Amino acid sequence: MIWNQQYETMPRDELRKLQLLRLKQLCENVYHRVPFYKNAFDRAGVKPEDIKSLDDLQKLPFTYKQDMRDNYPFGMFAVPQEQVVRIHASSGTTGKPTVVGYTARDVDTWAELMARTMSAAGVGRGDILQNAYGYGLFTGGLGAHYGGEKIGASVIPISGGNSKKQLMLLKDFGSTAISCTPSYALSLYETAVEEGINIDELKLRVGIFGAEPWTDAMRQEIEAKWKIDALDIYGLSEIIGPGVGYECVEEKRGMHISEDHFIVETIDPKTGEVLPAGEEGELVFTTITKEAIPLIRYRTRDITSLITDPCKCGRSSVRMQKVTGRSDDMLIIRGVNVFPSQVEAIIVTKKELSPHYLLIVDRIDNMDTLEVQIELAEGVFMDTISRLQELAKTVEKEIKDMIGVTCKVRIVEHKTIARSEGKAMRVLDKRKL
Amino acid sequence: MKLQQISVFIENQSGRLYDVTNLLGQNGINIRALSLADTSDFGILRLIVNNPENAYKILKDNEFTVGRTEVVAVEVKDEPGGLAEILGALSKNEINVEYMYAFVEPSGGNAIMIFRFDETDKAVEKLTAAGFTLVPGNKIYGI
Repeated sequence: MIWNQQYETMPRDELRKLQLLRLKQLCENVYHRVPFYKNAFDRAGVKPEDIKSLDDLQKLPFTYKQDMRDNYPFGMFAVPQEQVVRIHASSGTTGKPTVVGYTARDVDTWAELMARTMSAAGVGRGDILQNAYGYGLFTGGLGAHYGGEKIGASVIPISGGNSKKQLMLLKDFGSTAISCTPSYALSLYETAVEEGINIDELKLRVGIFGAEPWTDAMRQEIEAKWKIDALDIYGLSEIIGPGVGYECVEEKRGMHISEDHFIVETIDPKTGEVLPAGEEGELVFTTITKEAIPLIRYRTRDITSLITDPCKCGRSSVRMQKVTGRSDDMLIIRGVNVFPSQVEAIIVTKKELSPHYLLIVDRIDNMDTLEVQIELAEGVFMDTISRLQELAKTVEKEIKDMIGVTCKVRIVEHKTIARSEGKAMRVLDKRKL
Repeated sequence: MKLQQISVFIENQSGRLYDVTNLLGQNGINIRALSLADTSDFGILRLIVNNPENAYKILKDNEFTVGRTEVVAVEVKDEPGGLAEILGALSKNEINVEYMYAFVEPSGGNAIMIFRFDETDKAVEKLTAAGFTLVPGNKIYGI
């Protein structure tokens, strides 16, 4: 099903004309309304009127997550605060979140994008959508919610967690679609088996999964276990939230990008050079219709490649492959963005601990686990078990409070974590993704 | 009247305890008394040795996570209620015991309890005043 025939199947030359028109308006807009962009354009020696073709996009400066932090909380807004009807935030590297605002039109755009996402997955009027993405500052819950309502599905805003209740509603309400992280889908299956639920008696037929990286092997496992179609979606709050990229049920190969709203590039993360389609590089987005917080050439740090072949579904848009890695050290653990520096900021406040630590990420029974190994500091030694345990518990709690991820802190002997000559090895990711 | 105890932080890995004791043995350090406290992740080995200064240095040079703690050795009468008598005196004076362990003098005399207190000086003073026999370091190290 195609939600918006006009835009989703627009001939490419027409689409490019529309992109150029919108890009020019965007440059005018941010140059005059966002001091950050005026400075950035001036430093790059480019004026809005220099944008004469889509290739001129390359003349524009990049926007980084750091820029959003530097302008915390509302410095990147291009509209007066009274026009902002929604504010979301995602976790940042230093404790301050990355803030994003939406005007009423932005909220509509977002709902439109998620409507396209759900339609592409074959979800529509008459479906019962169990939305198990977290509601709150995280964009997943409300993003899927508004999209689900727009297509006319009956949306259950159950939010994440509480597996037994999820299963009860899945059974009693006859939910036909579910949206959550793929790892949660597998974990929920295990609870279903434990609870003796017969999968054949459920009406579930499709799952819309995202917010964390997953593989095609995992898709096959989810599809076989739940007996559903499992579709991948892509999004990040800086760009708009979920709905930036979505798979179609016809091909399940690459996520369509709504190019009437975003211009996508892949670049070499080291040189910033734009790469030809098909080559692996860092994804960069320019939001050409967003009002509250429009971004020019935003560096996502996600590494992937673009597919330009026509798709069976008839959509004319470019597709992005699954994200294969990051150009920074961010981890996604149970859908939550985690930077090692956040953990480090907590460790350095404890005099009993050294700043030598290692984050060990694994996936056990389909759930991501995080273990933080920290060396005891030299010279400060507590020889009672209870104090050491208390120290580990305190750090676990502070990490949970700051990042929102439950972890296990393991205190280890001095000099047991490998030292590196150059950049310290802070992460051991054992997940097979 | 205080003793130097050596504490070693040990991760729960096979061979770690051997590594510590072997290193001390090779360097001529004799272990007089020990206790091991452990959790599922780690343990703390507490040692009374004949030469605490040397033992500390050797362990540290070999990159063990090691610390020194002041403990007190108290003679316990070899009769029912011997230990309770000491604990009663501590309790009356509101002194907390963080941990303790026992060993027996090789000469077949009384048992000796090693105590770690929250307030070591106050404990020494009160126990002495109550008439208990505290064993000095040089005597224990040289047993």
